Amino acid sequence: MTVAGEPVRVRLSVNGRAEVGLAEPRTTLAEFLREELGLTGTHVGCEQGVCGACTVVVDGAAVRGCLMFAVQADGRAVETVEGLAAEGGMHPLQRAFWDAQALQCGFCTPGLLMTALVALRERPEWTREALRERLSGNLCRCTGYSTVLDAVLAAGRAGAGDGGDDGSAGAGAPASGEAGPR
Amino acid sequence: MKPAPFEYVRADTVPEALAALGGADDARVLAGGQSLVPIMALRLATPEVLVDVSRAPELREHRSDGGVLTVGAGVTDRELELDAGVRAAHPLLVRTLSLIAHPEIRARGTLCGSLAHADPAAELPALLLATDGEVEVAGDAGRRRVPAAEFVTGPFTTALADGEMVVAAHLPLPGPGSGWAVDEIARRPGDYALAGVVCGVELDGAGRCAGARVALFGVAATPVRAHGAERVLDGAVPDDAALDAAAAAAFDGVDVIGDEVHASAGYRRRAGAALVRRALTAAVRAAGEGA
Repeated sequence: MTVAGEPVRVRLSVNGRAEVGLAEPRTTLAEFLREELGLTGTHVGCEQGVCGACTVVVDGAAVRGCLMFAVQADGRAVETVEGLAAEGGMHPLQRAFWDAQALQCGFCTPGLLMTALVALRERPEWTREALRERLSGNLCRCTGYSTVLDAVLAAGRAGAGDGGDDGSAGAGAPASGEAGPR
Repeated sequence: MKPAPFEYVRADTVPEALAALGGADDARVLAGGQSLVPIMALRLATPEVLVDVSRAPELREHRSDGGVLTVGAGVTDRELELDAGVRAAHPLLVRTLSLIAHPEIRARGTLCGSLAHADPAAELPALLLATDGEVEVAGDAGRRRVPAAEFVTGPFTTALADGEMVVAAHLPLPGPGSGWAVDEIARRPGDYALAGVVCGVELDGAGRCAGARVALFGVAATPVRAHGAERVLDGAVPDDAALDAAAAAAFDGVDVIGDEVHASAGYRRRAGAALVRRALTAAVRAAGEGA
């Protein structure tokens, strides 16, 4: 039992690193990542599960960071956009977004990247139509989605979803141009 | 942070959860939270206590046994959707799940949570109604099973009493010789349905309809059986004329929700009838192929 509103300790893994922080029960996972752990790559948009900007990966599944309380992530393995470029260079998926100009303002981009990462881990080859529906939970008000689809399809062809979170994503794949070291 | 402050209790067993639910005036069960957390963010719900049951081992199980799929209250939609056994045993459920929101929501959302939330536009309560499923409820007095037709009593309202919680759903598996379909009309994939239907038909050896089940969602205050359509089909050869007549009768006696921002009542009736026609056609075809 906790007292209402009182912060509790949350231990979890974020991008492979053990982290611990304090969170009121009502603190969402997205807020916890941003404000307690300083990982501001995860963006908070609608805060009611509609826009997808806060999408992060929890135990391998892409989820809404605003519809999960930080206390619920206790003991879980979380991946955020910061984990993609952990070693400095861009992840092949990020590179594909860059190459295809799949962003303008960039607000939705972290969420789209994490959704797309999981989609490509599920299977690298997508039809444009199926991918459009697969990514339909992430709103983008700039691109009209066309270049996002171009980017994710290209990243899939380049093997960007391979390897999950074991650090081998994209390794050895003839990625689009200058794939990062990851 | 948008939700009002609350106390968080993680329950690892059903008795623990019941104790926590009974210990506060306004305690709510938290499973996937994909419906509850948004309404908390909007402060439409301000529970004092959230009882998180999502990790209780006994609620994390699902199994097919004796023609019934039992799904614990901690099982997510996505787990069911991706499970090879569920895909083989209950393809109608898998198709229904695919209509719910987006994979990111289904990764957390639970089947039992959708039943307990009882959104009139939700797919799963209608599936349970169409297939004569049951909701298993636990409370201080023990466990009881509530038939689908008695579980949802109004919009966002169920037969759950204070201090009770859903522990499992029991979904009868569609039998051989029957064909089923689910369909809905939504503005975009993942949106709430403006009208939806789950239907099944059973054909006898002579190709007559030995029983039809039609449940509508998104059109009334609760999921509702389309008895008008079922009566037309019972005993009939389900040809084009019979299916036309069934669709035309689908909204007989249905108290359609009034005009609102997403759709007019007339739209729901007309589009809903067309949807019923389409789904019945698919169900009859599936029954014929399975026979």
